[in-house]
Amino acid sequence: MRLTQGAFSFLPDLTDPQITRQVQYCIDNGWAVNIEFTDDPHPRNTYWELWGQPMFDVRDAAGVMFELNACRKAHKGQHYIRVSAFDSTHTWESLRLSFITDRPADEPGFTLERQEVEGRSIRYTTRAYSANRPEGARY
Amino acid sequence: MDAVTDTPSADARPVESGVCPPDAIDLRAEFVESGLAAVLEELDTDLVGLGPVKRRLREIGALLLVDRARARFGLQAVSPTLHMSFTGNPGTGKTTVALRMAQILHRLGYVRKGHLVTVTRDDLVGQYIGHTAPKTKDVLKRAMGGVLFIDEAYYLYRPENERDYGQEAIEILLQVMENQRDDLVVILAGYSDRMERFFTANPGFRSRVAHHIDFPDYSGEELEAIGGRLLGGMNYALSPDAEEAFHRYVDLRMKQPHFANGRSIRNALDRARLRQANRLFNGERPVTARDLTTIEAEDILASRVFSGGIDSYPPLK
Repeated sequence: MRLTQGAFSFLPDLTDPQITRQVQYCIDNGWAVNIEFTDDPHPRNTYWELWGQPMFDVRDAAGVMFELNACRKAHKGQHYIRVSAFDSTHTWESLRLSFITDRPADEPGFTLERQEVEGRSIRYTTRAYSANRPEGARY
Repeated sequence: MDAVTDTPSADARPVESGVCPPDAIDLRAEFVESGLAAVLEELDTDLVGLGPVKRRLREIGALLLVDRARARFGLQAVSPTLHMSFTGNPGTGKTTVALRMAQILHRLGYVRKGHLVTVTRDDLVGQYIGHTAPKTKDVLKRAMGGVLFIDEAYYLYRPENERDYGQEAIEILLQVMENQRDDLVVILAGYSDRMERFFTANPGFRSRVAHHIDFPDYSGEELEAIGGRLLGGMNYALSPDAEEAFHRYVDLRMKQPHFANGRSIRNALDRARLRQANRLFNGERPVTARDLTTIEAEDILASRVFSGGIDSYPPLK
């Protein structure tokens, strides 16, 4: 099951030139671009591991692509990788754009668990199949 | 949504699509049209001397135009390697030209952003194991889309200390210089003899740097012209007598040791300004605007150079 989080997630995966243009757009807006990765695809897993540091002083998308490629070298196929852009302007101070750039080769998806509780109520839990295995060995 | 959509840009279109290539292209007209003529003219008027540097820039500019013309005929145009090395004696304008170079390359369309990141050994080499690589990469990332200027580049390589981390920085630099030629232009600068040794010890650098530009020493007239510009820029002028004295000063100073071309001239003029200020301050009458802008012969003749010493501070023995 294809993970759909962040922007463009219903589009085919972006190509490198497309990623470069998106990143340049972020930089031109003065946002700090970050590269993050994780192997826990749960939607509530908000804080992914940060690759390196936020790139506050990069002026050209090539610098971000340089890091993205380094991250891919280390994690491609085993982790999700996303690019996020943080706007530090007062009153924004939050992410303005985030999109997945790389995903594991095989995405097994999620299971929906139903727990029957008092009365006729049901509680729902989603759990990624891949999360059954220990961190680092999931994909 | 905060995102751009990927519309195909005009220049991404293949050359053949519908538009017939012209029979011939007037390179002269292109030269003026592209703004290149203006850029080079500006360089000519702004910087005194530096013949080899200007010639090389002209060549790079010509290559750009030819490449563009080739693209119009549908011929392959490979972007050239633009890494440069500036060598020359102290004060020959290496740093000044590097600052201009970023701007020029940007206008020529070789670099996308045209900013200049100036670094020295300190910014590239770390203090402990594992510190160098991230530091160097960080600098490289910052410089991408612009020009990375490594001043006194030979300090990166310290053969006397085999555990020096400079070598690591050099390796990363070389790798990025090779693989990301389109993203980054690296300019190495330093004094001729030491750079020569640096390149001998690191043959990888020599072959990856396409343009070795040697900055010649300035001639006497050029130095005087530089002095005139410096003063003009600060709203000063030499009186006719002072001009004559300055001419003699330059002649004498050039023959002395520790002569640093443009920098020596700047320092000499700074000292002349000090003497002028002191003379005006000690003068009996109120000063006019003319007094304030004019440097007299005595301000220059008071220099130690005329009594056989070297005009510098602290005084050299």
